[in-house]
Amino acid sequence: MQQMEFKVKWGMVIDLDKCTGCGACSVACRAENNIPPMVDASNKLRTTDWMNIYELNNGKAFPHFEVAYLPRPCMQCGKPSCSTVCPVVATTKDEEGGIVSQVYPRCIGCRYCMAACPYHARYFNWFDPVWPEGMEKTLTPYVSARPRGVVEKCTFCHHRYNAAKEQARQNGTDPLDLPEDAYIPACVEACPSGAMVFGNLNNPEHRVSKLAATKYAFRLLVRLGTDPQVYYYSKRDWVRQLGDNYLQKELKGGEHV
Amino acid sequence: MANSKSSVVLPFLVGVVASLVLGWWAFPKVLYSQKTQPIRFDHVVHVEGQAMTCDQCHVFRENGSFAGLPTTAACADCHSDVQGEDPDEQKFVTEYVQKGKEVEWLVYQYQPDNVYFSHIAHKNLECTSCHLDVAKMSTPPVYYQNRISGYSKNTMKMWECERCHAQSGASNACFVCHK
Repeated sequence: MQQMEFKVKWGMVIDLDKCTGCGACSVACRAENNIPPMVDASNKLRTTDWMNIYELNNGKAFPHFEVAYLPRPCMQCGKPSCSTVCPVVATTKDEEGGIVSQVYPRCIGCRYCMAACPYHARYFNWFDPVWPEGMEKTLTPYVSARPRGVVEKCTFCHHRYNAAKEQARQNGTDPLDLPEDAYIPACVEACPSGAMVFGNLNNPEHRVSKLAATKYAFRLLVRLGTDPQVYYYSKRDWVRQLGDNYLQKELKGGEHV
Repeated sequence: MANSKSSVVLPFLVGVVASLVLGWWAFPKVLYSQKTQPIRFDHVVHVEGQAMTCDQCHVFRENGSFAGLPTTAACADCHSDVQGEDPDEQKFVTEYVQKGKEVEWLVYQYQPDNVYFSHIAHKNLECTSCHLDVAKMSTPPVYYQNRISGYSKNTMKMWECERCHAQSGASNACFVCHK
């Protein structure tokens, strides 16, 4: 499959040794991206969570039992499985920055992309959004609300990218060469333990590109060839081994084995 | 034989003409409702009379976003009291400035919710390459509203955005204009 090359490639590194699983990223994401509160969220096949948090453990008995939490946004894959199966071109990876787009009015709700995405990063709107009275004032005006019947996913808070580019143009600087932290998604901003780092993976001066190049960095299911733009970081071998379906003999785990 | 031929041709021609009139004249008339601005704002008085430029009222904010139409407070910088003879100015001062109300201007280029447009990215273009040339108008143009979609007739269509982007070498990726 052909892969587009971008000058700017927005990426994230999440340090799973620092992540406490508090869920602040998930809450910040919901508030920022107009995800409506659900009356009954007990059926997890019907809920929406752009930033979902998984609990990992090393499978050992106490006192060797260990736990890690893994926040999962959209991976913004270099070779997305979702966009290639979309029959109506409602999701593409063609913009500078490498963020996989999702255009809701174009989506027909067939959910091929949800079947294709190996990360379960996509969600279907089973219900029309309803905001309790007064809460509609908390809506973010730069993010469209989604109706029932379409698929949605994390966009790395793309509206913040647009805002950062406008600010750069106002300042007379290059909108394609944003300084570090000029644009960060809501989850990264909210993370209280500093586990999440965001920036341009193609800029060697940004912290993400340095962290992504270390031997402790890994990506999820990387052997599927999706080339995700989200990296995870852990110094614990068992955490890295859970990043893909490694065999027992591949002891180290992670991409830099 | 000749008789039966003309009995086919004539009704056919009448039918064609009737369809054309219906499609080109009657249907557009029915499709769009006509609205006028709540205040007859005179651009000429401001642009030629007072030598004001577009960006004195239609400003960029400090973060690079575009403020669009001026607020009542901004207009009240000059129009805190009635200045001239114009009845619409009088109406503006008494009904909006003194009551602290915003005017519900009709925006000819109003875009749907899923469209993102950055004015500062298009700063080097003439305003009139997309907007009506209101600076030369003493009476704001009629606002044609599509009865089915609710949008203005002047709202730029997606193919117009795409054509200009393609011709000028700008990206036509979905997320450049959609949110």
